[in-house]
Amino acid sequence: MPKLTVDGIEVEVENGATLLQACEEAGAEIPRFCYHERLSIAGNCRMCLVEVEKSPKPVASCAMPAGDGMVVHTKTEQVKRAREGVMEFLLINHPLDCPICDQGGECDLQDQSMAYGVDGSRFHENKRAVEEKYMGPLVKTVMTRCIHCTRCIRFSQEVAGVPELGAIGRGEDMEITTYLEHALTSELSANVVDLCPVGALTFRPFAYTARPWELKKTESIDVMDAVGSSIRVDARGSEVMRILPRLNEEVNEEWISDKTRFVWDGLKTQRLDTPYIRENGRLRAATWDEAFAAIAARLKDMDGKRIAAIAGDLACAESMKALKDLYASLGSPNIDCRQDGAKLAAGNRGGYIFNSTIAGIEDADAILLVGTNPRIEAPIINARILKRARAGGLRVGVIGPRADLTYDYDYLGAGPQSLKDLGAFADVLKNAERPMIVVGQGALARGDGAAVLAAALSLAKSAGAVSGDWNGFNVLHTAASRVGGLDLGLVPGEGGHDVAGILEGASNGEIDFVHLLGADEIDMSRLGSAFVVYQGTHGDAGAHRADVILPGAAYTEKNATWINTEGRVQLGRRAVFPPGQAREDWTILRALSGVLGKTLPYNDLAGIRAAMEEDAPHFAMTDVVAPADEMPSLSEGNLDAAPFESPVKDFYMTNPVARASAVMAECAAGRAAAARIQAAE
Amino acid sequence: MSVRRLDPNQPESFAFTAENVEWAKGQIAKYPEGKQASAIIPLLWRAQDQHDGWLPEPAIRYVAEMLDMEYIRALEVATFYTMFNLSPVGEHYVQLCGTTPCWLRGADELKEVCRKHIGPEGTVSADGKFSWLEVECLGACVNAPMVQINADFFEDLDAASFERVLNDLRAGKDVKPGPQNERHASEPAGGLTSLTTAGQPETGGGN
Repeated sequence: MPKLTVDGIEVEVENGATLLQACEEAGAEIPRFCYHERLSIAGNCRMCLVEVEKSPKPVASCAMPAGDGMVVHTKTEQVKRAREGVMEFLLINHPLDCPICDQGGECDLQDQSMAYGVDGSRFHENKRAVEEKYMGPLVKTVMTRCIHCTRCIRFSQEVAGVPELGAIGRGEDMEITTYLEHALTSELSANVVDLCPVGALTFRPFAYTARPWELKKTESIDVMDAVGSSIRVDARGSEVMRILPRLNEEVNEEWISDKTRFVWDGLKTQRLDTPYIRENGRLRAATWDEAFAAIAARLKDMDGKRIAAIAGDLACAESMKALKDLYASLGSPNIDCRQDGAKLAAGNRGGYIFNSTIAGIEDADAILLVGTNPRIEAPIINARILKRARAGGLRVGVIGPRADLTYDYDYLGAGPQSLKDLGAFADVLKNAERPMIVVGQGALARGDGAAVLAAALSLAKSAGAVSGDWNGFNVLHTAASRVGGLDLGLVPGEGGHDVAGILEGASNGEIDFVHLLGADEIDMSRLGSAFVVYQGTHGDAGAHRADVILPGAAYTEKNATWINTEGRVQLGRRAVFPPGQAREDWTILRALSGVLGKTLPYNDLAGIRAAMEEDAPHFAMTDVVAPADEMPSLSEGNLDAAPFESPVKDFYMTNPVARASAVMAECAAGRAAAARIQAAE
Repeated sequence: MSVRRLDPNQPESFAFTAENVEWAKGQIAKYPEGKQASAIIPLLWRAQDQHDGWLPEPAIRYVAEMLDMEYIRALEVATFYTMFNLSPVGEHYVQLCGTTPCWLRGADELKEVCRKHIGPEGTVSADGKFSWLEVECLGACVNAPMVQINADFFEDLDAASFERVLNDLRAGKDVKPGPQNERHASEPAGGLTSLTTAGQPETGGGN
């Protein structure tokens, strides 16, 4: 633990800490371009120079280990002059683009030049100009602005695990590019734009649309997958302009997936902005009163057993609570939040959450992935596993789809039988101190899902993965709503049907009424002649089939609760208002309940949240994971031989918002084209 | 230095000869398991040798695959080192030293010869025999000015002797590498100025 003095302040830092970290510890601000806490140290921008006594020259603090007894000065004239020199060199070739640069207003170079820039240039030669590089539909390049910090290269290698960015040439002629300018293929690729300290890499879909200072920033939660990444929604007026990550060490660190980031244009197209009623086979715009009256007329005197409700993947907990209460009051036992048919039981949370927590991945020393491809189901979690793998001493085993996960793994088999016969990996799990077993929806959303879950749990128990201080049994969800739905008990009641049963019932006439709460990923053709109410945001599959459409609010348009795969309760906040007549979803259900004469007993957000807390007390504890009390005991069953498949077929097209997004469509098309070329070769 | 780009005209494919594959395996075996990427420079160099003195894009991919590297990592190496030629070169590839000692001793004159006999810098002559490039110091300053043609140094040149070397090469005649005047290696040009007597050094020598 070296002790050193920075600007007269004595600090003690961890062994192996750098001088820069020590300076920050002492409260000194060190300018930097290449240094980044989560990336390896490059030490090439030289902006972080400080003066160390007894050292003949200024020292690059990011690359110098803090030593005992060092006396560091960060505010001397020499330091200022040295940094001004560095800045002058950086600005030699940097264009005077600021007025037309998308980075303007949030540019490290711009900010730091306010402190260390000089007013003129002594460089009279021509500035260097660099050809633009194509990096795909998400990342726009203006390479003349590049200052060669190499953060993007280090990110793609170390965090994304897809080392496809590199620096060709040398010296002044160094250029950042991908091999022969192919599009970036990582699911986390656009994080390089956040890392870029200048305007060399910017968001292509955001190009020239807004300035950062004119945007209203709202801290919220992402729902594109079950990770629940912390995001910041930047809006101007009634439009979401972009989505950025927010620091959350427990969940997403400071990364978000490309889908999370670029889905925003999907929030503006294909929106349901007014209620619709189907008349003579055609949907017509209607008022809320007409829509509710149509539903009430249909439900009049209907037997509860003939009524069903399905909650979709993006539904917030509030709307699911209202959905459950409303249909319970109508006597319907047919309610389900597992539209993919995952065989997960409500109650006993330990059986369906990611018990180890995402940050806990860093403590694991063996991970068995069962029926999941985390790279496309939860890229953020995959990045954590890669981070753990790069730290060394991790063994990963995979049962299920064989995919490029960005880290090495032992492939153990394709189907559930391999759970019973792990071969040498059984010893790895047994000898591991903190083994993890991650069960994906690909293993659960199938006939033998319950048996697979039971087998995985008994394997976890026998491998010692579930002990006092470590719970290594994890279920990786793909739907943002799922854990919340299970916590609230949106599963069939006594004698009720699950999603498969509801579809079966609807197609053979046993069920006459189906309420879809944003559920678009079911087979609409099997709804038969049932009266379908679709409550949601986009004109997707559900809306096309609906008899009544109730326009709801998207995740950026409501104050709502989601629970991520870890069981972490997180609050999303409204960034913009829902379009047109659309309303927050629980208020729609509350209004409908009044029309049906079954008025729900809550009138405001506080009221419904209090009701949720009564159902599940952990709803009161936001942003923390309430550990599961005990693990369920499940009865083993027969395992099928069919191989596991990832439920995510196309990373960019998993939900109605993403399917409405032109940017996501372009990404998906690019990925499909690349796959075709690969197949042809 | 200037921006170095891959040549627009690339061959379809590249593969080492059987002999070179064996040789490459030997190079790779020099490095510990998992560190085989360290063999990138010798392999690229050999690929360049095999491919008429320049490194085509398929060769970069081929070597990257052989070493289990990302293509971009191999491309970084190939574009970083100027001794990897990314475009075709002549049969006799002239690297002309233009750094200060050679320049002071008349490198400009040699450049004129190149322009006259070969053509503009960086282009292959019409007969495919020559191409030339100005390079930084090749470390033979004592024999300045000098050029390197393929693997050989030609030193103590002037316009006439350089022209003679080029003409001989074009005619397919043998040429003698090394100083092109009467000088032996890097000994003093006008004959020895010290150590002129053979045998024992004089005794009792002071300073």
